[in-house]
Amino acid sequence: MSATAETVDQVKDLTADKYKYGFSTDIEMEFAPKGLNEDIIRFISAKKDEPEWMLEWRLKAYRHWLTMEAPNWAKVGYPEINYQDVYYYAAPKNMEDGPKSLDEVDPELLKTYEKLGIPLLEQELLAGVVAVDAVFDSVSVATTYKAKLTEMGVIFCPISEAVRQYPEMVKKYLGSVVPYSDNYFATLNSAVFTDGSFVYVPKGLRCPMELSTYFRINAENTGQFERTLIIADEGAYVSYLEGCTAPQRDENQLHAAVVELVTLDNAEIKYSTVQNWYPGDETGKGGIYNFVTKRGACRGANSKISWTQVETGSAITWKYPSCILQGDNSVGEFYSVAITNNAQQADTGTKMIHLGKNTRSTIISKGISAGRADNTYRGLVKVMPKANGARNFTQCDSLLIGDKCGAHTVPYIESRNPSARIEHEATTSKISDDQLFYCMQRGLSAEDAVGVIVNGFCKEVMKNLPMEFAVEAQKLIGISLEGSVG
Amino acid sequence: MSLLKIENLHAAIDGKEILRGIDLEIGAGEIHAIMGPNGSGKSTLSYVLAGRPGYDVTAGSVTFQGKDLLTLEANERANEGIFLAFQYPVEIPGVAGMTFLRESYNAKLRYQGEAEVDAMQFLKMVRAKAKTLNMNDDMLKRPVNVGFSGGEKKRNEILQMAVLEPTLAVLDETDSGLDIDALKLVSEGVNALRSAGRSMLIITHYQRLLNYIQPDYVHVLAHGRIQRSGGKELALELEASGYAEYAEEAA
Repeated sequence: MSATAETVDQVKDLTADKYKYGFSTDIEMEFAPKGLNEDIIRFISAKKDEPEWMLEWRLKAYRHWLTMEAPNWAKVGYPEINYQDVYYYAAPKNMEDGPKSLDEVDPELLKTYEKLGIPLLEQELLAGVVAVDAVFDSVSVATTYKAKLTEMGVIFCPISEAVRQYPEMVKKYLGSVVPYSDNYFATLNSAVFTDGSFVYVPKGLRCPMELSTYFRINAENTGQFERTLIIADEGAYVSYLEGCTAPQRDENQLHAAVVELVTLDNAEIKYSTVQNWYPGDETGKGGIYNFVTKRGACRGANSKISWTQVETGSAITWKYPSCILQGDNSVGEFYSVAITNNAQQADTGTKMIHLGKNTRSTIISKGISAGRADNTYRGLVKVMPKANGARNFTQCDSLLIGDKCGAHTVPYIESRNPSARIEHEATTSKISDDQLFYCMQRGLSAEDAVGVIVNGFCKEVMKNLPMEFAVEAQKLIGISLEGSVG
Repeated sequence: MSLLKIENLHAAIDGKEILRGIDLEIGAGEIHAIMGPNGSGKSTLSYVLAGRPGYDVTAGSVTFQGKDLLTLEANERANEGIFLAFQYPVEIPGVAGMTFLRESYNAKLRYQGEAEVDAMQFLKMVRAKAKTLNMNDDMLKRPVNVGFSGGEKKRNEILQMAVLEPTLAVLDETDSGLDIDALKLVSEGVNALRSAGRSMLIITHYQRLLNYIQPDYVHVLAHGRIQRSGGKELALELEASGYAEYAEEAA
């Protein structure tokens, strides 16, 4: 064995338990009984104190879900999920009624968030400009900065609260981008969603702080089904960050979220995700199944939706943040870094649906594959007959580390308008021995060298992340590729 | 005690022996030039010293500052103070030169158990270094070596060397691909970095580089062995007679 390979092996040994977010928090939890049926849905709805129409919507979704089959077109493989073996509701016990203020939040829980690096306490937050809604299993724990946001007319609250407080708005927009019947996982979510964030930014307001949600799956055998709905009214702007972690567990945990974004005339939503769910161990045991539906509708003219994602975690990622470009001159963007190492699988990409005139979309996807992982970009660019002057630019780059991993690019392009201009570029490359040696000759360890090279490869995407996220994401890239060279 | 001591060094690539018993000693602050025909093993020697994977040492020893160099990884050798100026510097897309160099610099500080420097401190330091070399640091804003001209690539190597302050710099055919102006500029840079605490091993095919960087010793490498050693006048002799005599000797 060469000396390099030996070092890498040693590093591997040291980092076998490297998922630093893999602790679980010991808090008394309240669960709904395992399994899924109409009673469970009624239980969840009752727990959330929901109005009748919400329950009806859930039940409609559930009944539809029973008629559906799980999709099998993605390039991912996993044993069939037993949906009766999952808890659909888990909440820290002493929060049953929801905390009124941060003082009422279980200190254990606050400690958890501290470990995760989320400064929940407002006094700590005064230094920053981020408002956080933290979701712990099925319940929103705390929404910081609420008063200040309310003053400006911004609504930022757990979606269960929005259902009670702003029913007209929720009724109008919930399911308007991702209908309850959309797809297997979105339909399941519609039936059992437990929490998530609701954001409304009023006309003409540029939300001065970044809004942020932190999701964490803690309880065993628990599915997390959060639902996020963000509405930017005419001329409004908001930047929203989403981060995710989960403890290290041997069983697979299901995460089936739905995110809906709506922008009206001249509005803009920037949605950034750093996804770091537990990816499973080297052999592929455990980890999160991340089956997520994210979609934004640019309803208004000149509106814009921009998705930026850094996906490093999850055993399986199945996720296609999309834009429906309805308004004339509306703009959709998708910037993605997806890293798979060891036995991880990712099938991710976007859909850009051009409906309005002069709509534009940009897709920049960077897939990095190491270990025995499989990484697929799957994307659809669709131009409808009325979308005169529509333009799309797509760039898909894949980087392979080692010779046992796979990278796949599956672009679908459908144009029904002769004036549309669609460009697609794709490259596949490997980290060369020359590059590694050059970096190492300058003093970098093999691991650091890979980190530097990969960060360079992802630069076009990383520069779209908000500052405070970019630093974390950069480190995450290094961590998730540990043990990938040798 | 010598800084670098190479004894009976044999090395092979894919089982093919390239170095066949090199003996060489370099003292502190000395500049040695290694000249030789193509395929004589010059670049192999530089890679073996730097620890490039795939270059297997089959016999002999290399001692650097009293340490067994051959047991160290490439990055450890770099952090011990060995710098290789590449014949073909490698492109790293998307990584700004400044970032790359700061990572390298901090890696060395970490290795030495010292605190890392922050971006601002580092920028100031690099600017000062560049100034002493009569270079500007503009190229460090661009991705490492991407789209660089031949001259820029070599200048970039010298600038990196200035920042990383090696104890032993190995310059592998630094003159290749340079026009006369670029050659002068690069040589001036190298000369500015000469010091009592820094030794250099200059590998070159042609004598012309040695007009600008005057060595203390010249060695002729052919067929994987040092065939002759002498002072700087040896380079001039080679310029006149060529390498023909060494080709015959081995045949």
